[in-house]
Amino acid sequence: MTRRVPGHGVRGVPGGAERPPGLALTPDEIVAELRDGMTIGIGGWGSRRKPMALVRAILRAPLKDLTIVSYAGPDVGLLVASGQARRVVTGFASLDSIPLEPNFRRARQAGTIELTELDEGMLHWGLLAAAHRLPFLPIRAGLGSGVLEVNPELRTVRSPYRDAEELVAMPALRLDAALVHMNRADAGGNGQYLGPDPYFDDLFCLAAERAYVSCERLVPRLEGPPQTLLLNRAMVRGVTQTPNGAHFTSCVPDYGRDEAFQRRYAQAAADPAEWKKFHAEFLDTDEAGYQRAVQ
Amino acid sequence: MSGPVSEPTRAEVCVVACAEAWRGDGAILASPMGLIPALGARLARLTFAPDLLLTDGEAYLVDEDGRVEGWLPYAKVFTMLAAGRRHVMMGAAQIDRSGNQNISAIGDWRRPKAQLLGVRGAPGNTVNHPVSYWVPRHSPRVFTPGVDMVCGVGYDRGAYELRVVVTNLAVLDFGTPERVMRLRSVHPGVEVADVLAATGFPLAVPDQVPVTRAPTAAELDLIRTRLDPEGARDRELT
Repeated sequence: MTRRVPGHGVRGVPGGAERPPGLALTPDEIVAELRDGMTIGIGGWGSRRKPMALVRAILRAPLKDLTIVSYAGPDVGLLVASGQARRVVTGFASLDSIPLEPNFRRARQAGTIELTELDEGMLHWGLLAAAHRLPFLPIRAGLGSGVLEVNPELRTVRSPYRDAEELVAMPALRLDAALVHMNRADAGGNGQYLGPDPYFDDLFCLAAERAYVSCERLVPRLEGPPQTLLLNRAMVRGVTQTPNGAHFTSCVPDYGRDEAFQRRYAQAAADPAEWKKFHAEFLDTDEAGYQRAVQ
Repeated sequence: MSGPVSEPTRAEVCVVACAEAWRGDGAILASPMGLIPALGARLARLTFAPDLLLTDGEAYLVDEDGRVEGWLPYAKVFTMLAAGRRHVMMGAAQIDRSGNQNISAIGDWRRPKAQLLGVRGAPGNTVNHPVSYWVPRHSPRVFTPGVDMVCGVGYDRGAYELRVVVTNLAVLDFGTPERVMRLRSVHPGVEVADVLAATGFPLAVPDQVPVTRAPTAAELDLIRTRLDPEGARDRELT
């Protein structure tokens, strides 16, 4: 794995240190900067504002042995189905309107995926610790629960103050790379969300050695309320414009979830023969081909 | 409505029993999981618990007419949760007599027979703020001597407060000296023996088991004409 280097300097990666930062890239160029065995954080939540065009670019690449940290939706489902994810770090895997992510469910029941199962708040805390470059942050969530039993590496810590309370020492979830999807971005790497929830995309970016942003539209200048300007260019290594790039997850206000297509995805995932057909129709192609196929 | 009000259905009794879980909570975030708990929370807000905060399921706090009154993205939900200003009613694939709950996976966790939701926020919820449960099909498969993966922690593992467990048959609580599950009331038409037969562990049963209170005429009217005019509530019990 690459060493953790502050800022943008990523050594040993083709197109990494040599490439001027802030350059707008293609999804395939972004994925070319990823490596086997990396821990990759993916923003969004469930089936909401997921960087699906970047996930699809990973599907086309020979990457393997990935650890995926995510509030998991079809991003994780697809990377589990492709066999490229070896481990998933999450508190759930859901399509929201369909409660269980079908590919994740199948892989768990077949024993083909490793899981670090965390409480949703622990995942947040792990990202916050990593973003703040802390080894851990204390949290109550997890105490007494099976989470500490299925993750025997987790430790507790005792408050040094008079309360002497025992708390979970949630370790930093350091990421080699983060992938997030924004409604708007500029070529310098500033990113803007326009929907109701930023989720944890800013933390994913700060927890990562390098963060990549796909967006619905690259604009010369970001406009709108200052609170929507979630990412600044110090947090971001590369940007790409991928219209409809969160499909089939929601990306409001640009578009909602494609519920009909999501049902089709879920039905296909339930049956190996159907999945093969689905894969041939939608995934054995580039992003332009995918977008044509789903129109 | 004109004409005589028909008898409350089981689903309507359950809506009111769920609403009762939030009585006296004041201005805290009510987070119901499932339709009947959601109807219950909204009914509580419209009647005896007007200070409750409710979300639209995304990132907005909304009033009883769905108008936005606040913003609560996930990061802020987590903070409200950790601050203890929340009372969630979750589901349970398994729950034991101390209130340990499982929504993650059935069977051996390493390779489950059935992968379910995952632990979600259950570990954090149960050590930070009041938690209630809703079980639409009370059976020995749900009320088990032990659970396969402890998601929500029970009283024997440090739960903050487990308020009630509402099912299609009864209301249960943990009002015993050992904080184990007790039958608080049976719904109209349900016998104590029905509940015992549907529970896979010994249940504490008081000498006199009351009947769950019936909805008032005003509550029935709200449920039927305002909260769920399509009658979706019945489908959650079948």
